[in-house]
Amino acid sequence: MKKRVSLRNPQQERWDFQFRIKILVGVIAVLCLVLLIRLFWLQVVSYGYYHTLAEANRISIVPVVPNRGNIFDRNGVILANNTPTYTLEINPKESAPVDQVIEQLSHIISITPSDKKLFHKLNEESHGLAPVAIRSRLTEEEIARFSVHRYAFPGVNVESRLIRNYPLAEATSHVVGYISRINQNDLDRLDDEDKLDAYRGTNHIGKLGIEAHYESLLHGTTGSEQVETDSSGHGVRTLSYSAPVAGTDLYLTIDAKLQLAAEKAFGDHRGALVAIDPKTGEILAFVSQPGFDTNLFVDGIDQEHWTELNDSPNKPLNDRALRGQYPPGSTIKPLMALLALNSGVRNADTKISDPGYYALPGSTHHYRDWRPQGHGLVDMFLSIVQSCDTYYYSLANQLGIDRMHDFFNHFGFGKKTGIDLDGEVSGLYPSTAWKRKRYHQDWYTGETVISGIGQGYILVTPLQLANAIATFANHGVMMRPHLLKSMRNPQNNTLTAIQPEVVATIPESDEHFNIIRDAMVAVMKPGGTAAIAGAKAGYLIAGKTGTAQVIGVKQGQKYNAGQTSEFHRDHALFVAFAPADAPKIAVAVLVENGGHGGSTAAPIARQVMDNYLLGLPTTAIKDDTQAKDTTDQEASHD
Amino acid sequence: MIKKLLDRFIKPLDPTLLNTSLILMLIGLVVLYSASGMDMIKTIGQVKNLLIALLLMWVLASISPNTIQKLALPIYIFSLVLLVAVALFGEVSHGARRWLHIGPLHLQPSEFMKIALPLMLASYFDKRGKDRYWLDFVLAAVLLIMPVLLVVKQPDLGTALLIASSGLYVIVLAGLSWRVLITLMIGALASLPLVWHILHDYQKQRILTLIDPTKDPLGAGYHTLQSMIAVGSGGILGKGWLHGTQSHLDFLPEHSTDFIFAVFGEEFGLVGELLFLSLMLVVIVRGFFIAIEGSTPFARLIAGTLSMTLFTYTFVNMGMVSGILPVVGVPLPFLSYGGTSLVTLFISIGILMSVHHHRQLVKQ
Repeated sequence: MKKRVSLRNPQQERWDFQFRIKILVGVIAVLCLVLLIRLFWLQVVSYGYYHTLAEANRISIVPVVPNRGNIFDRNGVILANNTPTYTLEINPKESAPVDQVIEQLSHIISITPSDKKLFHKLNEESHGLAPVAIRSRLTEEEIARFSVHRYAFPGVNVESRLIRNYPLAEATSHVVGYISRINQNDLDRLDDEDKLDAYRGTNHIGKLGIEAHYESLLHGTTGSEQVETDSSGHGVRTLSYSAPVAGTDLYLTIDAKLQLAAEKAFGDHRGALVAIDPKTGEILAFVSQPGFDTNLFVDGIDQEHWTELNDSPNKPLNDRALRGQYPPGSTIKPLMALLALNSGVRNADTKISDPGYYALPGSTHHYRDWRPQGHGLVDMFLSIVQSCDTYYYSLANQLGIDRMHDFFNHFGFGKKTGIDLDGEVSGLYPSTAWKRKRYHQDWYTGETVISGIGQGYILVTPLQLANAIATFANHGVMMRPHLLKSMRNPQNNTLTAIQPEVVATIPESDEHFNIIRDAMVAVMKPGGTAAIAGAKAGYLIAGKTGTAQVIGVKQGQKYNAGQTSEFHRDHALFVAFAPADAPKIAVAVLVENGGHGGSTAAPIARQVMDNYLLGLPTTAIKDDTQAKDTTDQEASHD
Repeated sequence: MIKKLLDRFIKPLDPTLLNTSLILMLIGLVVLYSASGMDMIKTIGQVKNLLIALLLMWVLASISPNTIQKLALPIYIFSLVLLVAVALFGEVSHGARRWLHIGPLHLQPSEFMKIALPLMLASYFDKRGKDRYWLDFVLAAVLLIMPVLLVVKQPDLGTALLIASSGLYVIVLAGLSWRVLITLMIGALASLPLVWHILHDYQKQRILTLIDPTKDPLGAGYHTLQSMIAVGSGGILGKGWLHGTQSHLDFLPEHSTDFIFAVFGEEFGLVGELLFLSLMLVVIVRGFFIAIEGSTPFARLIAGTLSMTLFTYTFVNMGMVSGILPVVGVPLPFLSYGGTSLVTLFISIGILMSVHHHRQLVKQ
């Protein structure tokens, strides 16, 4: 192929050259158009999109986490605060493979299997994006040891962090509660409440008790720092800074000294105690035994401790004071008596004859009194002092369940007290309407009879019982029980006190209260069911014992504590207030499977009152459930 | 006397080319000051580069195209030798062997080839006379392929393609038959799969991420995405001089060299870009006019080719920054920082001026 490209003529050559130049100019024009369309698309059509991207690219908002508010008792004793601790943290992004690092670290610093488990759990949750603690609460010596070897551990650092600390952990576990790491449920809830932004950067949230209920106060307000960043996310300069507002310091109505005294008085017994200032509704002590170490939860509890707490037959995680529901037993007798006077069904002098049982007219069924031989002729005073069951069986029958239901409702039975804690249960006080609704059944008279001595369907929480006795002590003025006494604004340091709140006033003549109070004072004296616990008291105590049946005792059988397994024994109850003529403290005590109110529950209440009113120390009560024959026995029967 | 001297000095300088270039260069310095993070030393450095470049421009404008043509072969051979030297002794940086250290000089010989190859080819076609045989084009292709292969090997695919394109412009302008040209283009398209096969992985990645830069925003798509954000967020009027956040905060890579147009687009917006492009087109179109007036085939070929190459650089760089072309290391004429590219640019302009200044001289 010897084809010639013919370009002989210079003129033609020029013409051809010009033509080719024109073609190239055409190409240029097309390409310029493409470029212009592209630039127009970028800068005009998509301007908003890229503008947003550019802003997001350069500005990052870094949350500044506020310090959590402290919690104090009424006298300023620390119940929860933030203490600096040293934590050994691994940043998986910068370190060697974590298992290898942990293995090497364990030669220098003690790392338990549960530390490892917890680390892996937290590391999984953080998706390897943040440093995770392998050991917290390092000692000075451990820090020193690590410092010597730190060159060998890139990505491993000792960090000083504020960690929540509960000095009275076990004694205040249920009332103060605890904070723990925010989990997915918390995040979902915060999202629902539109508070997710307020928790940016915060790792912990209140899970229980005051820590949970007053979360919004304790948490404070997260601040923020607008940081201009370069491409690697490093801050170049701060554009704006809004300081965080520390959480509010809370002063509780709890008296730490009293709380500890109560905890000690319980010894190894399970149970609950609530002490209230009847004038104000301030909760002085709020104990559920056994407690648990809330500090374990702060940085995530390990499996071992969790299993131990969760599987324990003593159920330390149960808040018995707030959520435990028990039959009140004979502790309701003073209120029954008050209703009798109030309704005019009986007066103080009305006497009934007690042969040791009560039988409904036309029935052969015997509702037994705790004293098989009976109390003889019994008036109201004696019925309380000796806790005569027969008196109240017949009284209940006379009153009828619905009248009782309405009256007890006034005293807070069957409904929440409205205490400032989450998860309170309402208990139960039955009525004919309730039974029809609940069981689609008619109410039986026999059910009214046993309700007279606090058995049957009635269930109360120790808190409700304490609230009821405080209301009684306050002559019918019911204050809202509360735990928050005052709060300190972290910005201006001003203290705001919580005002007592009257929930209800139960119209009743003072005379009626005094009659019953006198009988309750006699309960604590020789001849009364709590005489032992009341002995040599330096002030007047008004009290009432009670026993709540855990298992039913069949007609004709005798309950024998010694032959019953521990968890089937009766619960012991006791309510009291003191000084009887000018009450400063009202107490309700429940000892699970404690047997008799007079011998186990009453001594705990006595010690707590002694401690509060006289400043006396307490000792653990003895286990008396083996005692077979005591004068204060008052088992109930159905 | 003085007027005569001044005339002699000024006359070769085409006022259109000179003024437009100086305006563009001024814009370039203003943008560079911003892009370098208000680095006065860097900006002054570029002014020094500019002075050297202007001197070279003047020298080239003063000598005739015929003289330049005589230098074509030596320059071509010299550049080719340097490229071979790079392949043998070049400094490796970022995985590529592109630079040569000779004493205090820090040279990138592939840049010289951008001028040397068109000079060589234009001179070659001029010498072959008016009758051109297909064999001429084959030989021209050989002259073209040698340096291109050496640059591909560095590896620097972008520069290789630019050098190849400048050579092709000469061949096209020299009168390669349209049929052959179209056949070649079809052939090139057909061989794309083969080319794809010999591409380095990173080069494949660049082309793939060009199709969708968001697929690999932190890797290969990062540069494109960041420059698109910079340009796009500039809007119509731009964020204003020194107020481009993307470039100043280090999001943009190479923001004073290959990606300087992103800084420009961010700070001066669409309006600024239109101004820049218009000025560039003034230079390019002026170059084409000069080419048409050229006295010899060599003068015409080299002027047309250099103008077209100037546009190619501009288009490829702006296309890369705005995300329609893959990221290749191509400086933007007048704006990008760097001595070699600035000198090459003003040599091109000097040659254009020379062609213009000596058009009548030869005619006469």
